[in-house]
Order: sequence, then structure tokens, then C-alpha cells
Amino acid sequence: MPTAFADVTASDSTLRRFLHGLPGVDAVGLEARAASLGTRSIKTTAKAYAIDLAISMIDLTTLEGADTPGKVRALGAKAVNPDPTDRGTPRTAAVCVYPDMVATAKAAVGDSGVKVASVATAFPAGRAAIDVKLGDVREAVAAGADEIDMVIDRGAFLAGDYMTVFEQIRAVKEACGTARLKVIFETGELSTYDNIRRASWIGMIAGADFIKTSTGKVGVNATPANTLLMLEAVRDFRAQTGVQIGVKPAGGIRSTKDAVKFLVLVNETAGPDWLDSHWFRFGASSLLNDLLMQRQKLATGRYSGPDYVTVD
Amino acid sequence: MTSPFEYAPAPESRSVVDIAPSYGLFIDGEFTEAADGKVFKTVSPATEEVLSEVAQAGEADVDRAVRAARKAFETWSALPGAERAKYLFRIARIIQERSRELAVLETLDNGKPIKETRDADLPLVAAHFFYYAGWADKLDHAGYGKNPAPLGVAGQVIPWNFPLLMLAWKIAPALATGNTVVLKPAETTPLSALFFADICRQAGLPNGVVNILPGYGDAGAALTAHPDVDKVAFTGSTAVGKAIARQVAGTDKKVTLELGGKGANIVFDDAPIDQAVEGIVTGIFFNQGQVCCAGSRLLVQESIQEELLDSLKRRLSTLRLGDPLDKNTDIGAINSAEQLARITALADTGEAEGAERWSAPCELPENGYWFAPTLFTNVTQAHTIARDEIFGPVLSVLSFRTPDEAVAKANNTQYGLSAGIWTEKGSRILAVANKLRAGVVWANTFNKFDPTSPFGGYKESGFGREGGRHGLEAYLDV
Repeated sequence: MPTAFADVTASDSTLRRFLHGLPGVDAVGLEARAASLGTRSIKTTAKAYAIDLAISMIDLTTLEGADTPGKVRALGAKAVNPDPTDRGTPRTAAVCVYPDMVATAKAAVGDSGVKVASVATAFPAGRAAIDVKLGDVREAVAAGADEIDMVIDRGAFLAGDYMTVFEQIRAVKEACGTARLKVIFETGELSTYDNIRRASWIGMIAGADFIKTSTGKVGVNATPANTLLMLEAVRDFRAQTGVQIGVKPAGGIRSTKDAVKFLVLVNETAGPDWLDSHWFRFGASSLLNDLLMQRQKLATGRYSGPDYVTVD
Repeated sequence: MTSPFEYAPAPESRSVVDIAPSYGLFIDGEFTEAADGKVFKTVSPATEEVLSEVAQAGEADVDRAVRAARKAFETWSALPGAERAKYLFRIARIIQERSRELAVLETLDNGKPIKETRDADLPLVAAHFFYYAGWADKLDHAGYGKNPAPLGVAGQVIPWNFPLLMLAWKIAPALATGNTVVLKPAETTPLSALFFADICRQAGLPNGVVNILPGYGDAGAALTAHPDVDKVAFTGSTAVGKAIARQVAGTDKKVTLELGGKGANIVFDDAPIDQAVEGIVTGIFFNQGQVCCAGSRLLVQESIQEELLDSLKRRLSTLRLGDPLDKNTDIGAINSAEQLARITALADTGEAEGAERWSAPCELPENGYWFAPTLFTNVTQAHTIARDEIFGPVLSVLSFRTPDEAVAKANNTQYGLSAGIWTEKGSRILAVANKLRAGVVWANTFNKFDPTSPFGGYKESGFGREGGRHGLEAYLDV
């Protein structure tokens, strides 16, 4: 934690005062800005760059009760080699699985450089005792997870108990060891943009390596507006502390067109320093195949169709 | 900062618009040459390329057009409102159908970015015609008694900053209320009005109801002075507005003037900062600041001045200036060499008087008329750039300490067209808005337009209201 924030986190009331002193967010203005950046026209060489970058930023995800070792192995193979017809296609950044699938995923991606991310802390609800949450994290890390995607305690946040949210993130960060920590706010449940800005600052002060919009398990997940707001937060945090933090929108980003819009948000809000899979990720599953189809279209000049990308 | 994410050129196609090598005046439903055969060239301000040669109206043409409008008035004003509405609805639909063509045309002739003509100008133009089409058969319920009568022939003179939108603001309410019009577009942007003439023919509008006279100030003066013109509507500079007011004094002409402005955009310390920055950008850099209601004075609470200016400069560094037809262009060309010279001179005055100049780092194209987005700090109320309308992408930044001081400074101008308030505190919005002497006050937004909302000025920003129910009054004998 940057020492500048020691005073802020000294007590419940100092933390609350700090969070409630952050500039408010005008919802209409924020959404208008996100929509206006959404009208950027990204063509030809810029599109080719954006597609490859987006592929390299995907946390290829399967988070289902029905996940099996076979399913996870297939996912790992896809992450390492997204398009068997073009070995020049970038790998995805990571695969993202439940903790009990980490070992399988790890074996599947091998030494390809693709990371294994694991959700933890009683994902997606986060309603469990802190010891259970920490146990979840330690198990994933012990199994070889390179990255941990935790969920915050939205109940505590909405009850105004910001200190609990903060301390749990700190504890999880410690349990992560060298694994990078992504903190999921479940923005759809926080509901207001002011809350999303406050949660972003709690996460950043507590030591998150990434702040992440959502689990993908609720009605409203990543949107251009909430991602724009979080990009502003990491931009402001670096300006204030020198510490750079990543952003991960997750859930609902399915098309190349959407992904490119998010990259425009990154480019024109946080800036080019974030145009790298170390600092920006997409939590997605079906997005990859759309990117691959668009990539083939750019290369060959024609659409090939869904049977020319692998279904995993 | 250079980005690896370089946006490739994404130009809107010019092929959707077919500009003829020459155009005539549009009088009594026909395109015709000027009586004295004069013509002038209209150029694209982004490239200085000549787009077309246009007939230049003189006094004799004005007289001919007014006579045509007078003749058409008899039958047009006698039509039931529902019948007039049909024409207006038809015009609105044709504008929507041809909106891409008109957006490209407007961008070529005016220099503003295609994203503005596509997303702001054209949708508003169509909306204005739809809105007043709806009023045409409901005038009994507009609050002016039963069967309010039209005035007769309206002489309308419009500026170059929103050529087609200003045409819509003038023509739609005039026709809805049963008047006929003679309209003079600005000499640097005649083309969209001439395309509108074609739309009138396409809609089957009776001859003489709309007459378009491209020309210079002399034609405008002849039009507003014409004895058979019953109503004068002008949007443009305060100097010309004053001349018109003198000219029509003592006649029974009804007048509306929409003139200059020096809008204050007031940012309080509890403002939503990121959105306020966007609002400041929209306020002064929309249409290169060539907007009468531009937020050309930023009044920022001193306690957050530094933070806000840092954010603003960072944001201005991301603006993309260049080819107006490129869909990713944020800042287009200045409309004319003359306007560029005026902006340049006023900015130089700002520097000479001791204000500190900062311009966004951007490369200006070699041809055409360009001015980088610029802001001045260390500006006080005494500076010329805090008082005179610049009508360009130049922002003057002033500070204040208390809400009372903000209101006093905002009102301390000869103008009174627009103002903006940025605060998260609702009660402050209401309290401050009530004290601002400006025709439109935006709260946590800026430069938002809607045909249902009346627009107009206090003091030297003019008089009369356009838009909304209020906009009908200017064209009715009430």
C-alpha cells in the first residue's frame, strides 16, 4: 500500500471521509462520453492491431458447475493455439477457472506463457467466512495459479462498512504471495457510478494489481461507461502515486466491435501505457471466436463462418 | 504521447453528394441567375478547394423574391394547418433520408467534422421540422387565442456556423405558422440551403413559399430593408444585429435577433470533475468554438483550479484535429480566412495583455484555415479576451472564490446568451441558475439542443426566442 494512504486507512471514519470526498460522477455525462468514444471508426491497419491486441488480452474463461478436466484442457489448448489455421495468431493472456481446476489448467497450458487465473473468495457471491475465502485463495495459489480473481464483499460495501472490504482485500493480497490479484467489484450490484469509483479506490489502495468490473454472473456486467470510469480511476491513481494498476472488464463483451470500443476507451482515457495484456484484460469466452473470424476476414478478405474456428 | 494504436484514416465517402459546378438563386420554385449575372465561389475551408460557383443576389433579386413570397403567401396562409403540416413532415422525412448526403455537404462547405454534422446538425435539423410540423394544426392551442394570424413575408438572414440548422430554426416555424420566406444564407456556406431548395421541390412545396438568395451582406441589408417584408429574423454578429435594429426602427416589421455571446461555464469545487472537463471541451471546442452560445469563459473555483486545468490540458491533448471528413476527427477547420484572422488577432491581443497562452500539441494541415485548441490562463475581467466574443477555439480561464462572485463575474458581460453550472449540489444549481442573466443555463452539461426548448439572449445577445412554443410567437401577429 502506498504510504500516502496510511492516514486514509487509519480508521473507519477516515476511510469513509476519503471515499465520500472523491469527485462525484455525473451519470449522463459519463455515459455520453463512453458513447461518443464508441463512435470512433477503427479500420484496416488499426483494426488489425486492435484485434491482435484484444486476443492477447483475453482471460479465456470457463466458470460453470459443469466444468470438467476435459473442458478445461480444451480451453487451455485453445488459449495456447487459438487458430490452428494460423500459428501466428497471438495467444490469450490467461485461462480463468475455478480453484479446483487450476492444476488441470496449469498442465494444459504448460510452459506456453499463458497464465492461469483462478477465481476465489467464494466466487461469485463472496458470501463466506473470511477464513474460507482465504483458504480458497491459498488452495488456488498452491495449485499453481498465477493470478487470483477475488470478489469483494458487496454486502459490507453497501452497508457502508468500507473497512471490512479494504481489510479483506489486504488479507487476500497477502495470501496471493507473488500471484497477481484482480479485485472484482460486481459493478452491477454496486449499482451507482459513485459506488464504483469508491470501490475502485478501496481496491487500489488495498493493493489490487487489477480492478475488475464483474463476475459475469449478474444482469449487468462490463459496460463502456463503468469501464471508462475505472480507467479514469487507475489513471488518477498513477498520477497521484506513480503506481500503475490494470483494468479488466468482464462479462457481456462478445463481439470484435465491442472489444475494439473498449480498446479505444483505454487508449483515450488511461492512455497507451495500458495497451498491453499486463495492464488490460477482457474476461470473456465467446469473444475469442469472433475476434478470430474477424482476423481471418482481414487476412483473406472474406468471412469464413463459425465452422472455421474451433468450438471448445 | 504517441500511441501504438494509430487510427487509420476513416474518411466518409464524398461520392454520396453530387455538387454541381454552379448554382442559381432559388426564386418562385425555380433556380435562376442573378439579375446582374454576378457569381461568387464557395470553397472548402479545410482544403481551399473551390466547391462550386453560386449566383450572387443583389437588390433586384431580393425584390423579385419578396414579390414571389408575397404572391405565395395568399394561398399558403389560407391552407388549413394540417395541410401545411403535411409539407413540413415530408420535408423532415426527406432530410432524414438524405441526411448522409447533407452531412457530407455541410462538412465540405463549412469545415466542421463529419461526426458533428452526422450526429448533431442533421438530426437536429430533421427534429426541428418534425417539431414545428406538429404545431401547424394546433396553433389555436399555443396560447395566443383562436386562429392566430401569420405575419406575411419573412426575411431571414442566417450565419455560416450551423448553415442548415439555422435554416431549419428560421424556416420551420415560419412555414408552420403560415408565413412565406426569403432566406439569405451566409456567403461562405450557401450550398446546404441550395440543396434544401431542391428538397422543397422534391416535397412539392408550392412555388414561392421558400426562396433562397445566396449573397453577401448587401443582399442581407436589402432583404431586411425591403418594405414588403413583414418580419425580420437574423442570426449573426451583434454589430450587424444593431444595424438591422436601427434599420427597422420606426417600421412595423417584427424582429428577432440572435446575436453574439460570451458564455460562462462555472465549475464549483464539488463538480463531477471528469464530466466537467468533457463539458468544458464541448462548450468551447464544439464546432471549433464558432458557436454563439459557446462556453468561452471558464469560471473555475480557485480551490480546484490547478487540478482542473491539469485534467483539461491532458484531455485537450487527445483531441484529433484534421480532415473534417474523417470520422475520427474532433476538431475541423475554421470557416474562413477572415474568421481565422479575427481569432488569431484576438488571441494575440490576449498574449499582449499578459494572459498566458497554452495550445494543444497538434499539427495543423498546410492548406485550409486552422487554429489549434487554445486556452488562456491568468485572465481577468479586464482582459479583451474575457469580454469580446472570439468565435473560435479559444477558452479564457478565470477563477472565483464564492458563488456570489461567480454569479457577478458571469453576469459582468454585455452579452447574455448561455451559461453552464457544474456542481453535484442540486440546491446550488437552482440558486445560481436563477441569478444568471442568460437565455439558456445548462446544469452539468453544455451545448445541448432540442427543438422543444426556447433559445435566445439577454442584453446584446439579442431578443426574441426561437424554438419551442415560444418560437411561434415571432411569426404570429399577436
